[in-house]
Amino acid sequence: MTDTAVPYAAHGHDHAHDHHDADHKPGFFQRWFMSTNHKDIGTLYLIFAIVAGIIGGGISGLMRVELMHPGIQYLPEWLGYLRGGEVSVDESLHFWNVLITAHGLIMVFFMVMPAMIGGFGNWFVPIMIGAPDMAFPRMNNISFWLLIPAFTLLLASPFVGNGAGTGWTVYAPLSTYGEPGPSVDMAILSLHLAGASSILGAINFITTIFNMRAPGMTLHKMPLFVWSVLITAFLLLLALPVLAAAITMLLTDRNFGTAFYDPAYGGDPILYQHLFWFFGHPEVYIMILPGFGIVSQIVATFSRKPVFGYLGMAYAMVAIGLVGFVVWAHHMFTTGLSVTVKMYFTAATMVIAVPTGVKIFSWIATMWGGSLTFKTPMVWSLGFIFMFTVGGVTGVVLANGGVDDYMQDTYYVVAHFHYVLSLGAVFSLFAGFYYWFPKITGRMYSELLGQLHFWVFFVGVNVLFFPMHFLGLQGMPRRYPDYPNAYEHWNTVATYGYMIMAAGVAIFFVNIAWSLFAGRKAEGNPWGEGATTLEWTLSSPPPFHQFETLPVIDGGSHH
Amino acid sequence: MLGLTSIVLAAGLALGAPVHAQNSAAPAAAPAPAAAATQQDAGTTGGPAGTSATVAAPTPAAIPDPTLDAAGKPLTKAVPGMGQPQDAIYGLQEQVTPNGREAHWFHNTVLLPLITVISIFVLILLIYVIIRYRRAANPTPSRTSHNTAIEIVWTLAPVLILIAIAVPSIRLLAAQFKPAPDNAVTLKAIGNQWFWSYEYPDHGDIKLTANMLKEKDDVAPGQRYRTDADGPRLLATDTRVVLPVGVPIRLVTTAQDVIHSWAVPAFWIKLDAVPGRLNETSFIIEKPGLYFGQCSELCGARHAYMPIAVEAVPPAVFARWVASKGGKMPGANAAPQSTTAAGNDAADDTSNGMTDEGAPTVNATAAPAVTNKPATQNPAGLGQADHTND
Repeated sequence: MTDTAVPYAAHGHDHAHDHHDADHKPGFFQRWFMSTNHKDIGTLYLIFAIVAGIIGGGISGLMRVELMHPGIQYLPEWLGYLRGGEVSVDESLHFWNVLITAHGLIMVFFMVMPAMIGGFGNWFVPIMIGAPDMAFPRMNNISFWLLIPAFTLLLASPFVGNGAGTGWTVYAPLSTYGEPGPSVDMAILSLHLAGASSILGAINFITTIFNMRAPGMTLHKMPLFVWSVLITAFLLLLALPVLAAAITMLLTDRNFGTAFYDPAYGGDPILYQHLFWFFGHPEVYIMILPGFGIVSQIVATFSRKPVFGYLGMAYAMVAIGLVGFVVWAHHMFTTGLSVTVKMYFTAATMVIAVPTGVKIFSWIATMWGGSLTFKTPMVWSLGFIFMFTVGGVTGVVLANGGVDDYMQDTYYVVAHFHYVLSLGAVFSLFAGFYYWFPKITGRMYSELLGQLHFWVFFVGVNVLFFPMHFLGLQGMPRRYPDYPNAYEHWNTVATYGYMIMAAGVAIFFVNIAWSLFAGRKAEGNPWGEGATTLEWTLSSPPPFHQFETLPVIDGGSHH
Repeated sequence: MLGLTSIVLAAGLALGAPVHAQNSAAPAAAPAPAAAATQQDAGTTGGPAGTSATVAAPTPAAIPDPTLDAAGKPLTKAVPGMGQPQDAIYGLQEQVTPNGREAHWFHNTVLLPLITVISIFVLILLIYVIIRYRRAANPTPSRTSHNTAIEIVWTLAPVLILIAIAVPSIRLLAAQFKPAPDNAVTLKAIGNQWFWSYEYPDHGDIKLTANMLKEKDDVAPGQRYRTDADGPRLLATDTRVVLPVGVPIRLVTTAQDVIHSWAVPAFWIKLDAVPGRLNETSFIIEKPGLYFGQCSELCGARHAYMPIAVEAVPPAVFARWVASKGGKMPGANAAPQSTTAAGNDAADDTSNGMTDEGAPTVNATAAPAVTNKPATQNPAGLGQADHTND
């Protein structure tokens, strides 16, 4: 069988050298605004995700400051700045809901997804399979540029109406007759555009991966990152149309007198939840699967060892993707489901722990017997493995429908999904960022600042999110701007955690700035013999067009 | 059929008697001269300043609310650590229902140790490989990339662990879905933006409206504000839901406007209140006391300000409370005296004069005028819209 550590590029020579015409870059406007180059579009996606991350992370800072002590502290003041003039109590309370909604939507649709799939996926999927570019370069461009109006609509919505305060789940009927005004319509249109962008991107990735692999690059020789993006693309393609349908019905309920979700006219609010979570649960795997792929590449590279159980790893992701489509109602355990439905969704949800366990153990087995170095990307990956485990096991607790009668909508859930996203997906993003930074920019990052960033961030997010388990166990509900005084202790601790984390992020930006201007020039492969995928056979940064002569992969001859 | 119901009910009431002893301060402290009762009742529901919409015209033959003292203050005081969150601790709230105790056991004895062990196991493996296989200790990496045996082990072991979890988990679900018996007390909780209203459909026309009690600084002078006797900030309500201990409660939830969720952590109960639907669950409260919860589904601006306060009382007290609200116990038509009397006798109640005066007037008593609107002014909230907007 295959072996991922095989130096694919046995025949992929000479691409590290600049072809005269291959590196001919168009002018600035044409290059960045009319781009058809997967690397440039990937860079645009990464910049976009960082900007969105600053905004979404800044909003969570506002939330943590407000929550540091019981009582409403700053909301009226902030809304006053935003609006000018006096604001009522209810308006400032609604503003809280606007903040949590914006934080959720921005982080999911405009930070994690663009960074993982649009950024790293665009940059490295074509290179890793030995393709010159994506299958549909112009569609790739529109995928990115659809995000700009989508994000603009979302950010503008609080300035046009009162802001969308529905939560990122946009549950009807709070989102239909519960919140009149243009803000929610704008947020819904924003999701439509972001969804269309993702569907186009997914089509592009599937086509590229199925049709443009270099000779010899069989599916079972593809790097795991490519596998992860392929599976993610299928999840996007199947899940996002359901979201689009669900929120289109929201729009018509709001504006055109339909009653899909209005019980007064035969509709059903629970129908919306089923549709939303049929999208929403695959969505959480959309956010984490590419992270699995990134971590697999990094762990193998810095262990100087092929990924352990490659096929098991690939098909574990396939299994997670498949099972991820049949567990959605575990988000709805308190909505009045019948006992058999709750039993089924409890059991089905637990099944996901099996392939996830396979991945965790395979990463450890990859390191077992390896020769490990602890460069910044590896440290982030190690942090990812442990933090994702913690987030995963609390997921097993929440999978039990009977336990959810207590946990549902408490801070335990908030802790759980931030452990898998803020400490899972985001850790894998930072890991990938440091791993590929030399390849993308041609310069090395500062190892000292990278390590410092990791440790400060690691301490920060754990101080921030671990106490939320305790708040949840004591029953503190989510989405509250104010809480009974008995929840003060851990909320204050969590806010200190946020401050530590913010300091870590500041180190990250210092590192980027320093590295871009003063970083050491990176060689084609800064990571040594462990880095075996095709991007390390190219120069850093790669030429504007790579693989004009396709590389031939002969990994199979290894055995 | 009716007789059987009465017997079951009486048995249930008798069961509640021992616990009532602890709580006997409640009725004992309530002097119940019939004349004074009128005044009390009028004052009670609304508090000192009549802020509540439940203020009824004084009815001539009103029965005193057994959960309130002569001044209209609630008799059952909030106890820190019981039925409400505690600060700076790790762990679940204490459970006072059988299903809650089973779930509490399941979490604390099965799930929590298991996830802790798994997390620590993974952490130890990581630390081991980090130390053992660092480049300095292991300069030449192995090329091993397959081991079918171990891959089967780490696939099957989690399967077995999950099956071990699934058995008590499914059992818990089955217990939670056991339908309430015929003698259950039905409580209908209706979510509104942003307060809860309640109905006791089997107990006559009892309707309650529960608004959060605001802090002293937040109300106009003379209006009722929260005191520590009412409960903690953001948890105390002007009207408490009164339920009997030891008797199955059938909870039915629905909502007027958007989705809300009725949740009391100490009961291990959380049930969404969905407009156009009736959701149902049941529980048995084992201990008298005061239990707080909060709305648990985002419902607009004042989502954090619609708490739930349940006062669990012995069945006899519950029966008198029902009477004081102008309701009647099920089966009271057939045997109005027996039910109430049984409760009172079992409870060894000191103020039994009340029963004789009270019971016959039960049916005649006008129900308190309850509106479905919150007591305090409810300015048009941002999220509030006319949901019948067609």
